[in-house]
Amino acid sequence: MTTLPEKTDRKLGLVIDLDTCVGCHACVISCKGWNTENYGAPLADQDAYGADPSGTFLNRVHSYEVQPETGPAQLVHFPKSCLHCEDAPCVTVCPTGASYKRVEDGIVLVNESDCIGCGLCAWACPYGAREMDPSAGVMKKCTLCVDRIYNENLPEEDREPACVRTCPAGARHFGDFADPDSHVSKLTAERGGMDLMPEQGTKPVNKYLPPRDRDIDVLAPFLEPVAEDSKGFLGWLDKTLSKVGGA
Amino acid sequence: MHPAPSVIIFTSLSGLGFGLLFWMGLGFLAPTGWVAFAFFTIAYLLAVGGLLASTFHLGHPERALKAFTQWRTSWLSREAWASVLALVTMALYGAGLVFFANRWAVPGYLGAALSLATVTTTAMIYTQMRTVPRWHNATTPAMYLSFSLAGGALLAGQVTLATWLLPIAGVALVAHWVVGDKALARSGTTLASATGLGDRGTVRSFEPPHTGTNYLLREFVHVVGRKHSLTLRVIALLSGFVLPVLILLAGFSHALAAVAVLLHLVGVFASRWLFFAEAEHVVGLYYGKR
Ligand code: SF4
Ligand code: SF4
Repeated sequence: MTTLPEKTDRKLGLVIDLDTCVGCHACVISCKGWNTENYGAPLADQDAYGADPSGTFLNRVHSYEVQPETGPAQLVHFPKSCLHCEDAPCVTVCPTGASYKRVEDGIVLVNESDCIGCGLCAWACPYGAREMDPSAGVMKKCTLCVDRIYNENLPEEDREPACVRTCPAGARHFGDFADPDSHVSKLTAERGGMDLMPEQGTKPVNKYLPPRDRDIDVLAPFLEPVAEDSKGFLGWLDKTLSKVGGA
Repeated sequence: MHPAPSVIIFTSLSGLGFGLLFWMGLGFLAPTGWVAFAFFTIAYLLAVGGLLASTFHLGHPERALKAFTQWRTSWLSREAWASVLALVTMALYGAGLVFFANRWAVPGYLGAALSLATVTTTAMIYTQMRTVPRWHNATTPAMYLSFSLAGGALLAGQVTLATWLLPIAGVALVAHWVVGDKALARSGTTLASATGLGDRGTVRSFEPPHTGTNYLLREFVHVVGRKHSLTLRVIALLSGFVLPVLILLAGFSHALAAVAVLLHLVGVFASRWLFFAEAEHVVGLYYGKR
């Protein structure tokens, strides 16, 4: 059903820490791997080893340069996948009911056997989180690894989305935003977690933690020069060389 | 947005077909017998042909019937219903004219209303997209409805109506361009809001997520075709609206009317191509494009 639930029991989603992400793309690869081998149609590649490769991905990492008015530019790596929006426009546009938002945990899913591949849901998503798979002719999107998080055949530590499990920098966190005491709710509150494109009115569940300011440099004290004017042999060498060099 | 030929053909032809059905349903033109048969055949070829063309871009056309289920929220589903109801009602009305030389007013009016409703649902599929600011305003339904009414009147040979409606449609088209050209800026969605990093400085796309292209870029970021926008705008306006009106004003003959219809069709195709090619989807911002 493409009518959105008034309220979901839980609000499962991700916190993505833009301060910690190192842009290694490990989450992109682990996502592609898990979602090709498990639930639903595989994520196909076209011309993978040819001159014009392209493929379906549910998670992609952009990199942005932020230039402040003064000071050096900052590079921010920016992973982007479905934000499991509360007011998901991708769900209501779907003519077949293939797209839906689950009442129990708020995950936005596509029932692939109902999808006619009209592409309208991808048009409605402002974040580019849905991609039509050209081989299967159906819409693919992040499932929040619905086949991992409840999977009792997996060891407990693996019952989280593949991207979160893989991230070597600990930049991705998974949890329930409906619970104010959850790890993700606390992180969002502490670090000022933000919505992407709030003006689009989608009410995303996933939150992004802004990069921390760079004025705290933990290494700086250790890198201070210990001796400004050297004595002994080095002092003599310094003076002599300065004379020769004219400096 | 990618200007897919199937969608351009569909929206242009079915708009014309339903416009013709509208004027016939209202009884502006109520031929009987073979003449009625010819008119209904043209209208159905346009309307149904357009609808069929639209199924070509589906990944799974064999499941198309499922698209009737979600009319509560989905404009595409509503379009499916409206079009089938309009075609069935008008078929009944047509049977009266063709076989019984009788104009059954009730199915006629009902079919006319449903035909117009179908065009409205088509327009709303685009208008509802907040992600495409150029479409997300009243000029989109104004353009679709006025095109359908003007084109329908032209096909129905309603000279006076068409000479009034074609200029109105032309104005709607220009309004769509004028409003549309400022729509993205006015929507407030920028790379700054897309990344949430705007308050820290100027955000620039440093590196895309992949070296090749992808579905998103192919479907939503169509920059190439915009080069010829201005030329196409002139063609769309002249051929679609200005010239047909001038021809109609010059005096009526069947040959001239046929030329006017063809010119109009060329103009409608050009404007529909622009409708897609010029539309900026906000996802392009993530790629530093628009
Ligand atoms: S991010 Fe896009 S695909 Fe995911 S729920 Fe929001 S609108 Fe839908
Ligand atoms: S592509 Fe599939 S899931 Fe998306 S709107 Fe169409 S039918 Fe629904």
